[in-house]
Amino acid sequence: MSASSPRIAMLKTVVGALILTLLPLPSWLEIIRPGFLALTVLYWSIAAPRAGGIALGFFCGLLLDAFEGPVLGEHALALALLAYLGVREHQRIRSKPIFQQSLIVFAALAVYEFVLFAIDGWTGHALTTPLRWLPTATGALIWPAAAAVLARSYRAST
Amino acid sequence: MSGFATGSGRALQGRGGSPGFRFTLYALVAVAIMVLDQRFDWLERAHSAMQAATYPVQVAVSSPVAGWHWVQKSFANRDSLEGENQRLRTRLRDLELRSMRYDALARENAALIGLRNSLPPVAERWLPADIVNIQLDSLRQRVLLDRGSVNGVTPGQAVLDDGGVVGQTIHVGPWSAEVILITDPEHALPVQIERTGLRTIAVGAGDATSLALPYLPANADIRVGDVLVTSGLGGVFPAGYPVARIAEVHKDAVQPLAHVRAAPFAHLDTDTEVMLIWFRHDSPAAPLKERHGELLTGDRHIQPLPVPVKPAQKQTQAPPAAAKPSVAASKRAATPKPKQAARSHT
Repeated sequence: MSASSPRIAMLKTVVGALILTLLPLPSWLEIIRPGFLALTVLYWSIAAPRAGGIALGFFCGLLLDAFEGPVLGEHALALALLAYLGVREHQRIRSKPIFQQSLIVFAALAVYEFVLFAIDGWTGHALTTPLRWLPTATGALIWPAAAAVLARSYRAST
Repeated sequence: MSGFATGSGRALQGRGGSPGFRFTLYALVAVAIMVLDQRFDWLERAHSAMQAATYPVQVAVSSPVAGWHWVQKSFANRDSLEGENQRLRTRLRDLELRSMRYDALARENAALIGLRNSLPPVAERWLPADIVNIQLDSLRQRVLLDRGSVNGVTPGQAVLDDGGVVGQTIHVGPWSAEVILITDPEHALPVQIERTGLRTIAVGAGDATSLALPYLPANADIRVGDVLVTSGLGGVFPAGYPVARIAEVHKDAVQPLAHVRAAPFAHLDTDTEVMLIWFRHDSPAAPLKERHGELLTGDRHIQPLPVPVKPAQKQTQAPPAAAKPSVAASKRAATPKPKQAARSHT
């Protein structure tokens, strides 16, 4: 197992998540679209904390900032925090059954969304609609499927 | 979960310090970027460069949908094309009939307001732009256009469609421009009610089909069906462009403000093509951006009137500080008033 192999899988999944994020969807689906990039970053920080880690979160966040968000660096900070939480607790999260993992992911995504919410407010672009918290719930619901898909790409790379 | 099984036994403090240290480092960088972007405009060029870099990705992601539309269009049958042709022809005839008297009326209007020649139209140049079918932000109402600074597009430019006002550009890259729609919760548009001339502000409500008018008092003269046009304030849109029609007026006797909703004329959720407009700034109907400096260029000999001095009031207000709460003192403070006032008048 070389050190670079999970990196390539990482890159592929990040590109895939970005495409899923940008894909135009009907408006009812758009509202519940989970943060695919956040899920991807969280998975890699738990599964391969040494390969990606916080740097992966930061640069994925910058990538997301290039496409959306009112101020540069917003998603970079939030995703770096998400990756940090994943890296810090990766051993504890791994040992949990999938249902409990979903709950932990829900909490982590809520922290992520709260950071975005706070930065939106501080920079004067407040978005107070409760709809913005929906992707947190759908992200947690989709976690078992997302983790399975990402685990397959991880195993294929090793 | 079997996906987590590999490489779990190794310590994390390999390189670059502990996760906490690295997170602090990256967080500081992110905060620095945010402050630079928010407080200073140093990153405006970076924004432009990033839009240039992201545009190919956006086009690539939107290409399957665009390709599907293209296939649908090229297999559109003769009947539907003929139907569309017929509809467009009818519409053209209708518009021609309406504009037939326009020149004469414009000249007549100019004569009435005392001008020798009728004014040139306020719109100088327009450019059609396609909306790139891409998701920018799910809860904000933003779209991406396929025209940028190489086409002469600048930030803060008006975007219209055949129905009315669509929005304005915010970030402009070399080949693309991001447009904030009038229905975005962050967008506020100065409007005027056509029937009464009442000016107010239309704020986006966050969905593609409604605008809110949150600043109208409950006794404002407004009815369902009133037409909102741009008022020309705010520096982006000239006066008189159609914006929306009032769809709902809710007046509550105990609320100081009326609850009013309007439906935009522009087909914000179905548009695939919009127009970028350049306006002539010397026209009186042009947005008021360029003309706020009039006070400086005005007549220097006209001086503002001096503020009238009020010595009487000053003296009557002084005693209460000295006067302690006793009835006699307050009486004394009250009695000199008429005398002093009389003195100051003479």
